[in-house]
Formats: sequence, structure tokens, C-alpha cells
Amino acid sequence: MSVPSKPPSHLSAILGWGGLSVTLYILLFAYEKSILDLSARGKWYFVVPILIAFLFSFVHGQFTGVFWEGLGFTAKK
Amino acid sequence: MDALQQFIQLDPANAGYLFIVGFVGGLVSGFIGSGGAFVLTPAMMSLGVPGIVAVASNMCHKFPKALVGAMKRAKYGQVDLKMGLIMGMSAEAGVLVGAYYQELIKQRFGDAGSNLYVSLAFVVILGFVGALVMRDTLKAYRSGMTEEEKPGRLALWVQSIHIPGTMVYFRGLNTRISVLFTIPLGFATGMLAATIAVGGFIGVPAQIYVLGMNSLMASATELVIAFVMGVGGTIKFAWSGYVDIRLAMIILAGSLFGIQLGAIGTTYVKPFVIKLVMAVIMLTVMFSRALVIPVYLSQLEWIDAMQPSTMSMLKNISFAIMILALALGAGIILMAILKGRREAAHPTSPSHLKLATESRMPS
Repeated sequence: MSVPSKPPSHLSAILGWGGLSVTLYILLFAYEKSILDLSARGKWYFVVPILIAFLFSFVHGQFTGVFWEGLGFTAKK
Repeated sequence: MDALQQFIQLDPANAGYLFIVGFVGGLVSGFIGSGGAFVLTPAMMSLGVPGIVAVASNMCHKFPKALVGAMKRAKYGQVDLKMGLIMGMSAEAGVLVGAYYQELIKQRFGDAGSNLYVSLAFVVILGFVGALVMRDTLKAYRSGMTEEEKPGRLALWVQSIHIPGTMVYFRGLNTRISVLFTIPLGFATGMLAATIAVGGFIGVPAQIYVLGMNSLMASATELVIAFVMGVGGTIKFAWSGYVDIRLAMIILAGSLFGIQLGAIGTTYVKPFVIKLVMAVIMLTVMFSRALVIPVYLSQLEWIDAMQPSTMSMLKNISFAIMILALALGAGIILMAILKGRREAAHPTSPSHLKLATESRMPS
């Protein structure tokens, strides 16, 4: 039995985070009118764009991180 | 539904354009801590986005980008969180004052006056600071001192001043300095951010030359400052309903790819490369903004009227040079990363041998 190597785990991380990221973008554009309507109201609705930005930064940030790692772009030790 | 009219229809071509500009901007920001976002506001406006929505959406993509970049670079031990938070808070105050002056100038002199003020700020500040950083970079390159940086005379003086009750230890400096020095620097960073959208052109050089931090830590710490400023700025604009979250998230999609790569790149390069990229971008952008000053002077009727075709030509050339500035910076970063990776993979390459031989030679 061979020990699982690194590439498959990278691939599953890329596919997992990538899939989640793409889903978020699809949802954003599927509901763009409602979301824009909420954020255009201003005042306390300012939380809408802020929360979306934090959520996307977390999910897409994870995806882009594992993406470059998967391509072999890692920090120099 | 009237408020929705300020948001443009997005097609795949526009989205692709913003994604690419976002990627290049993110690459530069991940590497030098700032400086990748200045082209995004005009880029969005060129698609028909109203100015204030472009500024607001740019701001809304900057803080999550800075957060991801700061976390990445913190993993490499490059971030001085305390410095970033202290300077970030004073930068917030600078943003408010800077925005107030912007508003005042706009009321008194109109759009042309406001544009002239912004362009003059670009030219004077980027010209002075960019020349300083470039001179220092060339000096380091010529003397072969590309591996390590030492605090200059001004920074040593700042570090020697002891003001009771204001001294704080900063990890990035490995010494205690008075916050009475960091607060005005943060404030100036915020003022610049409110004026030209890139506070880091003051924030990073100030941390290097005034406080004595090395380029790697200064550029990484700037990401914390940018995050603090970005959250505050976004709340301000979102409170008035100006953020187009679709634009912000498309730019973010590209810029997070860029910022991760830029951050990784800092671990492969010598510190002077960070200064080189910063200086090249600053001086090229300065040239770009200097070109449009006659346009605004003409609109204010302070010089002879200019043909509309000439104005439009100067504005287009200026925008093209701005894009060139970003492309130049990104090109240097990518080349430096590829070279660094090659050297890391083959540590006995001729350039390494040469460096090792040089370092053993008596001076």
C-alpha cells in the first residue's frame, strides 16, 4: 500500500474551496438585484457589503492560497 | 429603485477586465504592501461607474484583500501587528481630515479644482518620496548591500528619543520608540489615502526611513494599516449606500490570486527589490498625473483653453501610463519571483557562487 502523497490532498482542497468560492459568486450574481437593493439603502444596511466582503475574503482567500500551493508556489523556507 | 441606477450593468467582458486589473493590483499590493489599487478607480470609471461608487467599491475590495495579505505575511513573521494597529488608527483620523479637505476644495473650485489638487498631490509627494526611495535602492545596488538594511540617521535619531509615557516596544524595530512619532506618520498615511487612494506611498517609506523598519516588515505592516483604514472607509461609504458589492467582489476575486502570489514572492527576493518596485511605480505614476495637470488648469481657466481633443488625448495617455506603471511593477515582481525560485532550486548556480565569493572578499 502506498502512502497517500501530497498532490491529491492539495487537489481536494483546491476543488473544495474553489467549489465553495464559485458557489458564492454564483449566489451573488443570482441575487444581485436584492443584494444591491439592500446595500443601496445605506445606514445600518452597511453591514450587508461588509459581511459579504469578509465571507468572500475568507473562502476565496483559502482557495487562492491552496491554488498557488498546488501549483508549487510556496514560500521559501 | 432609483438608488439602483447608480450601479452599472455588468457583462462578462467588463468582469474579466476588472478581474485582470484586480490580479495585477493584488500582486503589487501583496509585494509592496500597497500601491495596487490606485488604477482601479479610474478603471471602473472607464466602464461608466460613477466616481463615488468607484471609490466606494475600490475601498470595499481593499480591506478584505489587505486582511488576506496581512495574514499571509504574518505567517512568514513579517508583520508588526502593534505598529499596524497604532498607525492604522491614526490613519483613520487622517482619512477623515483628508476627505474633509477634498470636499472643501471641491465646493470651492469644483471637479476640475479637486482633480488638480489630487494630481498635484500625486506629483509632489510621489516625485519626492519616489526619488528618495529610488536613490536609496540604487545606492544599495551599487554598493552591493542588497541583503540587509540598516536604519538611517533619521531613524536612529527617532529611536534615540525618549519621551516618558509615550514609549512603546515594536517588534518590527526591536526597540521602543515614542508613539508621538508613529501617530503623525499614520495620520499622513491616511491623508494621502483619502487624497490619492494609496496611503502606502507614505506609510511604507515612513516606516523604513523615519522609524527604521526593514522593507519586508514595513510593506507587510502596511497591509494591517490598509485593513484598518479600509474597514473605516467602507463603513463610511456603505452608510451612504455607495458600495457596488459586485464590482468589489470581482476585483477581489482577481486581487486575492495576486496578493497571495505577491506575498509568497517577498520570501524569495532581496529587500531592495521591494524598494525598487515601489520607486518604479511611484515615479511612473507621478509622470502619468503630471501629464493631466494642464488639462485641469485649462478647465479652471488658469491657462489658455485647450482643445477637447487634446484634453482627451492627454487623459488617455495618462491612464495608459498608469496601467504601464502597474504592469512594470508586476513584471519586476514576477521576474524576481522566478529568479528567486530558480536560485532556491539550484543553490549552486553561478549567481549564488558569485555572491558567496564576493561576501568572502576583504573590503
